[in-house]
Amino acid sequence: MKRSVKALVAGFALLFSINAAQASDIKIGTFLAVTGPASFLGDPELKTLQMYVKKINDEGGVIGRKIKLIHYDTGANPKKAVNFAKRLIKKDRVDIIVGASTSGTTMAVIPIVQKAKIPFISMAGSVKIVEPVKKWVFKTPHTDKMAARKIFIDMNKRDIKKVGLISGSGGFGKSGRGQVLALASEYGITITADESYGKKDTDMTAQLSKIRATNPDAILNFGFGSGPAIVTKNIRQLGIKLPIYQSHGVASKKYINLAGSAAEGVRLPAASLLVASMLPSSHPQTEVIQAYKNNFEAKHGPVSTFGGHAYDALYLAVEAIKRAGSTNKARVRNEIENTKNFLGAGGIFNMSSSDHLGLGLNAFKMLEIKNGDWSIVE
Amino acid sequence: MSDVLLQSLITGVTIGSAYALVGLGFAIIFNVSDVVNFAQGEFVMVGAMSAVSLLAVGVPFAVALFLALVIAVCIGLILEKFAIEPAKSATVVSTIIITIGASIFLRGLALLIWGKDFHSLPAFSGETPIHIGSATLTPQSMWVMGVTAVLVFLVHQFFNRTITGKALLACSANPIAASLIGIPVKRMMLFAYGLSALLGGAAGLLIAPIAFTSYDAGMMLGLKGFAAAILGGLGNPMGAVAGGVVLGVLESLGAGLISSGYKDAIAFIILLLVLFFKPQGFFGKAGEERV
Repeated sequence: MKRSVKALVAGFALLFSINAAQASDIKIGTFLAVTGPASFLGDPELKTLQMYVKKINDEGGVIGRKIKLIHYDTGANPKKAVNFAKRLIKKDRVDIIVGASTSGTTMAVIPIVQKAKIPFISMAGSVKIVEPVKKWVFKTPHTDKMAARKIFIDMNKRDIKKVGLISGSGGFGKSGRGQVLALASEYGITITADESYGKKDTDMTAQLSKIRATNPDAILNFGFGSGPAIVTKNIRQLGIKLPIYQSHGVASKKYINLAGSAAEGVRLPAASLLVASMLPSSHPQTEVIQAYKNNFEAKHGPVSTFGGHAYDALYLAVEAIKRAGSTNKARVRNEIENTKNFLGAGGIFNMSSSDHLGLGLNAFKMLEIKNGDWSIVE
Repeated sequence: MSDVLLQSLITGVTIGSAYALVGLGFAIIFNVSDVVNFAQGEFVMVGAMSAVSLLAVGVPFAVALFLALVIAVCIGLILEKFAIEPAKSATVVSTIIITIGASIFLRGLALLIWGKDFHSLPAFSGETPIHIGSATLTPQSMWVMGVTAVLVFLVHQFFNRTITGKALLACSANPIAASLIGIPVKRMMLFAYGLSALLGGAAGLLIAPIAFTSYDAGMMLGLKGFAAAILGGLGNPMGAVAGGVVLGVLESLGAGLISSGYKDAIAFIILLLVLFFKPQGFFGKAGEERV
């Protein structure tokens, strides 16, 4: 009897000591689309998070505590994202959530994080995540709205007035199409055609023939995956010599490889990370971007801008926890909102109570493809 | 408007030719064994992806294409030998489920080997398009149509003019009788899978410079090829070819004239209508005797 009481006490002591050890860790929860259709987002994002959490811990952690990363794979499924968000909040009791690769999964969990009053930094693209502002929700990637503005500003410079639009029928293409249609008149641009294509379509010459018949000054394509490369090839195959604009959705070397010589002269807005080696050394981001690029490529191969969004999200959180000096959720939230002049991979972040993204249009560079490589237009 | 129409036709026949080759593969295997081989699309992907890899390691272009076809045929033979043949006492439905499993397995394997990225093959003979009015025809489109026509002709001759071809047909009519008169039914099955894989692989090589390829490219082409085979009357090889071309043209006209959003819907609605009013397909014989 006595012995069993002793064992019980010892057991409890052990249990408490484990709990105590765990409580001293800062728990960062994340749910990403590491597999499935958006794995090209989630895969580099998770690798980035794991790599930098390890780095931070090796260097002694944050406010004297180690970071523990708790991850679930959503496969880009919003239903799963909701379940995992609940689990992170209720069961794992994380201090902050840094995650969600796609806009769909982000929008699905917003009501939950708002109710649980936990800071949440998303890595998804849609402008709807931060417009209107939600108290506990932040995001790091550039929005399609910014991309559309950047493209229109460049078109104004080149005196392009009429634009034939073709967009992918997926979430990214649709959302981008909406922004283009809404903003065009603001820049004095008329959209002469509004065509679309499916995710698995293999030929867009039929749609492009229709666009050509409307006599535009340029063709704009919003989409990602193989579609934009096929569109680019088809335009040149049809003998259409108009300027081509693409969105930031094609900002990877893969696009140039697939479209080949047809990609020459194509313009697109993209994050500075893509042209890290071409940035002047005076550019404020140069150091951050080069460091991230070197770290990532040393371990995982060619860097993509998507991993950069995860880097920004993690460090926004870490910096906020440092300034708050604790993991008190309300204080961390306030500190994220107070982020000023944070040098990230995506740009320079200046958040406020009315802007939970904090990137200006200058975070995008207008690029042109020349000789099979990127070149900076401005 | 007429140039949109012409362009849609050109595009449609090109894509339709690829559907036709895949559909032909479906029809051949169905003919011999009454089984719909859902791994047919994977042959297309394996052909194209193998060629991409072979080119990447520096194999000359023509040799790479040839070796890619050999690899596709080997996959077809392996599938028959190690998955279909051991289950010979299984019902047709079970065998079809085996082929679905094989297709998922092959796709998974391709994901592990080649990753998730899209890959492209260079066009066979340049990319300078030929202008017909304001529509254009790329050399690769001509390759697709030309090679498809030749392959279809050869397959047709094979079934009608050679002993092996007739033996294959005999296996489908009555396997027991066929084996009684000395036709090696087992070997014929193996042959049918090899031939189907060859056609699928060829379709993959032809279409990859236009539509690119990735580990899951076979899924869509397989589905469209299946639709083509159904449209033409399952089990009628030439019907599958016609079905493929019709499906390709319908899709393309749908995208050009109405909206690309309804493209697939138009093609599949027509497929449903055909099945409803003429369940045996365009060219299938009603009440054809199957044992």
